[in-house]
Amino acid sequence: MRFGLSDEQKMLDESVRGFLSRALPLDEVRRLAAAGSGYDAALANGLTEQGVTGIIVLEEYGGVGLGMVEAVVVAEALGYAAAPFGFAGACVMAPLAIAKAGDDGARSELLGGIAAGERRVAVDFSALAGTTGAAELTLDGDRLSGTVQNLLDPGAATDLLVALADGRMALVEADAAGVKFGLRKTVDRTRPLGTASFDGATARLLDGGRDVAKDVLQAGRLIIAADSLGAGQRMIDQAVAYANEREQFGRKIGSFQAVKHTCSELVGMLEPCRSLIWYAGYAREHGMEDAPLTILHAKSHLGEITREVSRMATEVHGGMGFTDLLGLHFWFKRITFDRQVLGGPERCRSEAATLQGWAAA
Amino acid sequence: MDLEYSDRHKALQQELREFAAKEGHRSPKSGGGRKRPDRKTLDWQALLLERGYFARTIPKEYGGYGAEPDVVEAAIIADEFNKAGLYPGIMNQGISMLVPTLLEVGREDQKKQWVETTIRGETIWCQGYSEPGSGSDLAAARTRADLDGDHFVVNGQKIWTSSAHYADMMFLLCRTEPDKPKHEGLSYLLLSMKTPGIEVRPLTTMTGRAEFNETFFTNVRVPASQIVMGRGEGWRVANVTLKYERMLLGDPNKLLYRLSRIRDLMERTAVDGVRMLDLPEYRERLLKLQGEALAWKYHGMRLLTDMANDVDSGVRRLIVKYVGTMMGHRLSSLAVDVLGAAGLSYDPQGEDKDDDEATTWHIDYMYDIGLIIGGGTSQIQKNIIGERGLGLPREPKTQAAAR
Repeated sequence: MRFGLSDEQKMLDESVRGFLSRALPLDEVRRLAAAGSGYDAALANGLTEQGVTGIIVLEEYGGVGLGMVEAVVVAEALGYAAAPFGFAGACVMAPLAIAKAGDDGARSELLGGIAAGERRVAVDFSALAGTTGAAELTLDGDRLSGTVQNLLDPGAATDLLVALADGRMALVEADAAGVKFGLRKTVDRTRPLGTASFDGATARLLDGGRDVAKDVLQAGRLIIAADSLGAGQRMIDQAVAYANEREQFGRKIGSFQAVKHTCSELVGMLEPCRSLIWYAGYAREHGMEDAPLTILHAKSHLGEITREVSRMATEVHGGMGFTDLLGLHFWFKRITFDRQVLGGPERCRSEAATLQGWAAA
Repeated sequence: MDLEYSDRHKALQQELREFAAKEGHRSPKSGGGRKRPDRKTLDWQALLLERGYFARTIPKEYGGYGAEPDVVEAAIIADEFNKAGLYPGIMNQGISMLVPTLLEVGREDQKKQWVETTIRGETIWCQGYSEPGSGSDLAAARTRADLDGDHFVVNGQKIWTSSAHYADMMFLLCRTEPDKPKHEGLSYLLLSMKTPGIEVRPLTTMTGRAEFNETFFTNVRVPASQIVMGRGEGWRVANVTLKYERMLLGDPNKLLYRLSRIRDLMERTAVDGVRMLDLPEYRERLLKLQGEALAWKYHGMRLLTDMANDVDSGVRRLIVKYVGTMMGHRLSSLAVDVLGAAGLSYDPQGEDKDDDEATTWHIDYMYDIGLIIGGGTSQIQKNIIGERGLGLPREPKTQAAAR
């Protein structure tokens, strides 16, 4: 019995973190943010080699065949690095939707490509997630029409996966006839969102029912929450390092209780979140009864905590934290982004109330 | 991560449900804590020890059940007791603080003498730590213990000694080496509260009750053998005890239990005919706290795993007291807000009668402030987290003061 990562999970963590710290020094994050596509072939290839793209894809389809605990470990590492790379939608929600709601043909055709990094699926679940920019979509047979504007992981996307309000999911090739697909710059320049309009585009229907679509959404929420955990941890680590280095009034600012106590509060807020994320990943992987509730709390609690962390950690840096120079803002913006996508804290708590029978559906 | 229920876990869960159905009626409503456990509580405690639902991992030779540490077992027991509304066993300073301290650094004869009788609830302990002149600066304790033959002779004063008025024993931090630097001059003694020369005076707090005492020592003779570790090693022992005290103060199970009581309260309390649970402003607060409490629950499981594997939890453990006590106060704050104006009735009873619901919550709401301050204030905790946990520099001035 163990609450914590196994040796294999720790090795995965170290390996992915090691790769990201080499591949993404601050200057590289800055360069990729300026490019703004949310995708870099060299970075993506490296992550594919690390097994990131195929992390939850079964081995029989060419994936690594791991589960949600490993996926949250990877997501935290990506958040920590502010990686311009689409993981939640492209590497978790999309393969999950295909595995759960696709037929054998769809699975063998698509999952291998996702694991190999050759197919990149942008994902929009706004119709179910309860956020602004709701998807307006209709399906006539296999013809998809309508618009979406919150496609996650749109960088170099080959396919688009959208959820309809009734829980049906449709997969469309990004360059198919009747599809207009583009990128929308966001406050987080490392991660754009995608917009698309469909005019009778040919779609592959993934109809596993509303429960399957909701489950895919929950998985995505958990991954986004884990991403924000990584971003929050990075901001704390940088704040502590800065407090240990910056001098004012002839001493390190970390020796002043005002600053020291701020750092301590940051750790007190964020550290328990890691256990929540790990547990939620474990519960989701093992189909435990409390998985949906835990995930809703993970998304909402992380959204609240990391907002505080992003403000307070920036404050510890004083004026330098507000500049572009330190690059701290990349993590601030990552946290800003993660809070809003796939449903914010208020929405997730409202779903948690309904789930427990504390509020009418 | 491995939290799968094995057949053994499923069997334990089944066993607990049968236990609750068959023996549940023997459970006291509450006990320990503020008063000497009554017969019913002691019998219940003995039953829990026999079945391994309390002190499960304490070795058999010291009166425990002798099981291997297992976070899932611990969670199952806490969960089933919580669900069935059973009293989970006595929580007092002897059980939660002194026993783990003795198990960690005590002598064999001390473990044999004190662990079993303490976990059975038969020996009640109080803690002689703080003094009027040494609160946050605990190592500045001035209560003296001078060796006279084979006895220490104790003189001085302690404060905040909860349960001293009915305790059998005290674990005492005192100065035995006045010539040494302050941290090296302390020793940790175990002494009977019946020893001549001890005077206990009740100290009334903001709750209106006397939960604490002042304890005065005049030529109190303590056998020199009743020292834990050696002379001058009291600061080290005291810190072992403080570690367990701080874990106890941040206990997630207590907070989860509180959360479920508040939800229940919100179902029963209404404003303008609408249940509080159906008022979005209040429900939102409950949900926020549920998220916090769940994170805290799993953090606690992670710490238990660390302990079972002899892993130093570092900063993860150092945050427990600060975060847990602050969360406790946010929970009791919601409870008193749900109670509202009607719940302002306040009528604390003596130690032998139960308080009504509103009074209980208001006592918790105030007592939580005491918990935030006691055992090292939040400010001291944040120094410890920052300095020991994050490696931030100490204040130059305190450095000079020979810390």
